[in-house]
Amino acid sequence: MPPRMLPEPTPETRHFWDGCRAGELRLQRCTDCGGEAYFPPRPFCPKCGGRKVEVFPASGRGVLWSYVINHRPRPDMGDQPYAIAVVKLAEGPTMMTNIVGCPQTPEALQLDMPLKVTFARQSDEISLPFFEPAGA
Amino acid sequence: MKPKSVAVVGAAETTQMGKIPDVSVIGLHADAALNAMADAGLKPSDIDGVATAGISPVELAHYLGVTPTYADGTSVGGCSFMLHVRHAAAAINAGLANTILITHGESGRSRVGASGWARSPSSLMGQFEMPYGVTSPPTMFTVPVLRYLKTYGLTEEDLAWVAVIQREWAAKNPRASFKDPITVDDVLNSAMIAWPFRMLMCCLVTDGGGALILTSADRARDFPKRPVYVLGTGESVETPMVSQMADFTSSKAFRVSGQKAFAEAGIGHADVDHLMIYDAFAHLPLYGLEDLGFCQPGEAAAFIRARHTAPGGRLPLNTNGGGLSYMHSGMYGMYALQESVRQMRGLAPAQVDGAKISVCHGVGGMFAASGTIVFSNEAP
Repeated sequence: MPPRMLPEPTPETRHFWDGCRAGELRLQRCTDCGGEAYFPPRPFCPKCGGRKVEVFPASGRGVLWSYVINHRPRPDMGDQPYAIAVVKLAEGPTMMTNIVGCPQTPEALQLDMPLKVTFARQSDEISLPFFEPAGA
Repeated sequence: MKPKSVAVVGAAETTQMGKIPDVSVIGLHADAALNAMADAGLKPSDIDGVATAGISPVELAHYLGVTPTYADGTSVGGCSFMLHVRHAAAAINAGLANTILITHGESGRSRVGASGWARSPSSLMGQFEMPYGVTSPPTMFTVPVLRYLKTYGLTEEDLAWVAVIQREWAAKNPRASFKDPITVDDVLNSAMIAWPFRMLMCCLVTDGGGALILTSADRARDFPKRPVYVLGTGESVETPMVSQMADFTSSKAFRVSGQKAFAEAGIGHADVDHLMIYDAFAHLPLYGLEDLGFCQPGEAAAFIRARHTAPGGRLPLNTNGGGLSYMHSGMYGMYALQESVRQMRGLAPAQVDGAKISVCHGVGGMFAASGTIVFSNEAP
């Protein structure tokens, strides 16, 4: 199996990937216009354009927002169908991810099920943020 | 006639369509362009503006021997050609050029002279979507759909009906890739691609091209074919990442583009005789019908099941068979435009009798972009 396709951080996203490596899901918010969390990372507020933004640790909680189950796996993803999912984070933003600790079936993957983040180390630099069922 | 009106005076697809292993990408552009020039009675030296996507307008102009005073390389996916029409209308009115050629060519199936489809791992998509195993459009464009279905209490059967009814239109079109009737069961039993999407809910992958020529409406009556006037245009973009759509049940780009085009044309929904909605996948006509305002949110599936968009229905939709059954080279928007022009000329294989206004709505990327054109065969 070829090595998994991994992100290459840029200066504007470095804090996010450093956070994942440290086991922390980091979002950003504006300190000028109300503090709404946003994603993906950028050094300014996408709502007001202000540059006074801060990085903060997110709760790592969310719900399963939508997904597909890819039946034609990419070579670096193995040979079994897998869900390409979007989680809606408790802080508001949506984020693409994979769901782990759970069968990759429509029956097991119910929309709005609670999820929590878990980090999977891929290299010295990159750990990917996956989500798993948060349980009752 | 309203001042500053613009019309399509040349329109054609490639000579062949489907599987064309002996023509490269730029060759498909050129074949479509030469056919459109023949349709309009023009030569390359008559063209003073070029627009294209996929290849650069520089490549196009040089290859055809055109010396333009206007070049548009807007490339936002399959609806790029709707944006080219919009920009061409503005350019003609601003005096940047008089006769603008818009081309598309794509060797989607045979991949002759085609470039790759790679995203840099440092792009936003490369960082925040590619690591999770997305591949081709069936694994991305489809991601919002389960949320849409759950919100409105719909199922994959509602997606299947879209494909079934479009095949009825394709059956009337000799150039359609797939013409045999299909049933909902056929769709739901076709190969699973990316749950809940099955093969027959996904577009074809074929080779082909198309081209349009636009000029000012006051010149348009001197051309051999009946002019097709541009009444209104719209465009917008939302996000390069489908996971970042603001609302998984509605496309902001569709809404903005559609409203702009309808307002500019000064028409209401009841004025529309014929509709094209770019259908890369079966959910797109549902989103399109709702976001353009033909249906209330969540009601498009029932509207299609009630056969309002089918042959004989009151809102004929995707009358060439669409990307699901007619053809889909990758950037299908050009073929939707061609069908609108054919309908307005009265020359479509599945002609809508007496149609005077056609709305042609495109999508680019995975809900990334949108363009909408309102055509009429009556001078504005």
